[in-house]
Amino acid sequence: MAVDRRKFLGTGAAAAAALQAPAVLGAGKPRVVVVGGGAGGATAARYIAKDSKGAIDVTLVEPTRTYYTCFFSNLYIGGFQDLAGIAHSYGTLASQYGVNVVHDWAVGIDRDARTVSLAGGGMLPYDRLILSPGIDFVDGAVEGWDITSQNKMPHAYKAGSQSELLKAQIEAMPEGGTFAMVAPPNPYRCPPGPYERVSMVAHVLKQRNPTAKIIVADPKPKFSKMALFQEGWGSHYDGMIDWIGEEFGGGNVSVDPDAMTVTIDGEVTKVDACNVIPAMKAGRICEMAGITEGNWAPVSGHTMQSRLDENIHVLGDACAQGDMPKSGFSANSQAKVAAMAVRGALTDSKVFPAKFSNTCWSLIGTNDGVKVGATYQATDEKIAKVDGFISQTGEDAELRQATYEESIGWYAGITSDMFG
Amino acid sequence: MQRRLALVIPVWAALAGAAQASEGAVPIGDPERGENVFEQCASCHEVGPGARHKNGPLLNGVFGRKVAQFEDFKYSNSIVRARKDGMVWDLEHLDAYLENPKALVSGTRMAFRGLKEPQDRRDVLAYLRRFSDNPQDIPEAEPTVRKVEVALPPETLAIVGDRDYGEYLSSECTTCHQTDGDYDGIPSVIGWPNEDFVIAMHAYKRKIRPHPVMQMMAGRLSDEEIAALAAYFGALE
Repeated sequence: MAVDRRKFLGTGAAAAAALQAPAVLGAGKPRVVVVGGGAGGATAARYIAKDSKGAIDVTLVEPTRTYYTCFFSNLYIGGFQDLAGIAHSYGTLASQYGVNVVHDWAVGIDRDARTVSLAGGGMLPYDRLILSPGIDFVDGAVEGWDITSQNKMPHAYKAGSQSELLKAQIEAMPEGGTFAMVAPPNPYRCPPGPYERVSMVAHVLKQRNPTAKIIVADPKPKFSKMALFQEGWGSHYDGMIDWIGEEFGGGNVSVDPDAMTVTIDGEVTKVDACNVIPAMKAGRICEMAGITEGNWAPVSGHTMQSRLDENIHVLGDACAQGDMPKSGFSANSQAKVAAMAVRGALTDSKVFPAKFSNTCWSLIGTNDGVKVGATYQATDEKIAKVDGFISQTGEDAELRQATYEESIGWYAGITSDMFG
Repeated sequence: MQRRLALVIPVWAALAGAAQASEGAVPIGDPERGENVFEQCASCHEVGPGARHKNGPLLNGVFGRKVAQFEDFKYSNSIVRARKDGMVWDLEHLDAYLENPKALVSGTRMAFRGLKEPQDRRDVLAYLRRFSDNPQDIPEAEPTVRKVEVALPPETLAIVGDRDYGEYLSSECTTCHQTDGDYDGIPSVIGWPNEDFVIAMHAYKRKIRPHPVMQMMAGRLSDEEIAALAAYFGALE
């Protein structure tokens, strides 16, 4: 089916335009379906509903009723946030903005008929579809691990019960025990995320279990904010963290969840808690829609439209767009560009040039926050970086504390921008 | 008069495209005249031997010092925030602050409208410079160079912002700044007087105000875009 649809699209813009016309000009309101209620999808739904002032019907499909943000879930693991503090509901999107919130799984997309089918049996027609499904894991990425192992060796890369589980396992480690992380290869969700997590685990262990050890097996030679994290690991958790990069076989890893062992470059280590973060790909619905190339869904930076179907926009972690990191901030930024483009296409509202930005804050220890950020613009080829900055090593404690406090402000800002 | 001769700075930075340093040097101002200008400040600030804090902090050694440094003086949250962001009282920042205190530090308690005449500012700064114990007689010491002032041409301030465009642009700001004006670690940007907003954004754009995120965000905004944002956020309550 996917091949057929692609062929159909190949028959020319005229045919596509003819198909699209009745929905725009017809009697009913134009319909937008958004799949995925995270930083990309919730923001897009809210902005389209808010700015179209009722001229567009917006349906948001999200399986969970309570959404736990992945950003700040490391702070929950570290004890700086409680779980309720990163939990959000969709009530305001429904009541204040008129978004039709459907708690169900999208399980199929018919691009010819322009419908989304739901696990519960429903069918949602659309004029424009926005896919913001986040990530799934690449099968077989870490030898010995699959999704059935996620209770023994949690990924905790989708927040909620997985975060709770990992936190509980860390807290239950025996005195002087070993925590291991298998870090993912590029590209993946939240580039500094694994290393902030290592910092948070170390923070917990330093208080509860100071003779415990942390091993990180990493297939990469370097990582986001590396100098900042390594400086902080030295100053806060001296001697606790052993980072094994590509050079020392960090990419040659297998795990045995039943035996609770991790094998790094041939050396077997018994571990007490293990966080496996496998290689990632776009949320499966993108693949089912037939809009992926490789692991991700390529998009145009001008509008976030799929390169393979102009009626579909793909946001956030799932899309391949160019230079932006896969982050909640990026998804939120991309959602606003997509919302503007969708409104422009469906209601002739004014369309301005796309602008994007991102900032990622990370917490290394108590009141020790760092950040990295950049601005971006759309070119025909990709979303291209314009300008950027990063926190510096050796910054004074006051600035680091201000950076941490700023991240709390950002969390309040982005979550009210997403959920209203 | 000896001191006055020493208060010279290279102006190469102000000469567009000048490659060589020390092309020429001009005094930052006339400290004798500055002493008279300082009378406007003296009801709140002391400077010189035996100076104490009054409504405002004492001003000895202010050049080159990080802002809000006295532990025994109660500062506004805004200026403490500027300190955390790394702002330093160099010539540029002192000049910008004296021109319009609230444009540089929005919530400052310094209830002073500012010295609009550039010459007044130069002179009073030349006077204050006498009481800073950095080496005074070498060009490398504060002040070293004088960059373009934050003063905006009237035509920039006169731009009428397009509120719809501002609303679109604002979506970039609202990832961090909440539109209901709540402050959770990131300042509110709604309901500001138009001119204050425009000047503050230009001060970030020119990297006079500290803060890397804001410098980056403002850095790519045109004059029209800044005006549009000022119009949009200014109308929010």
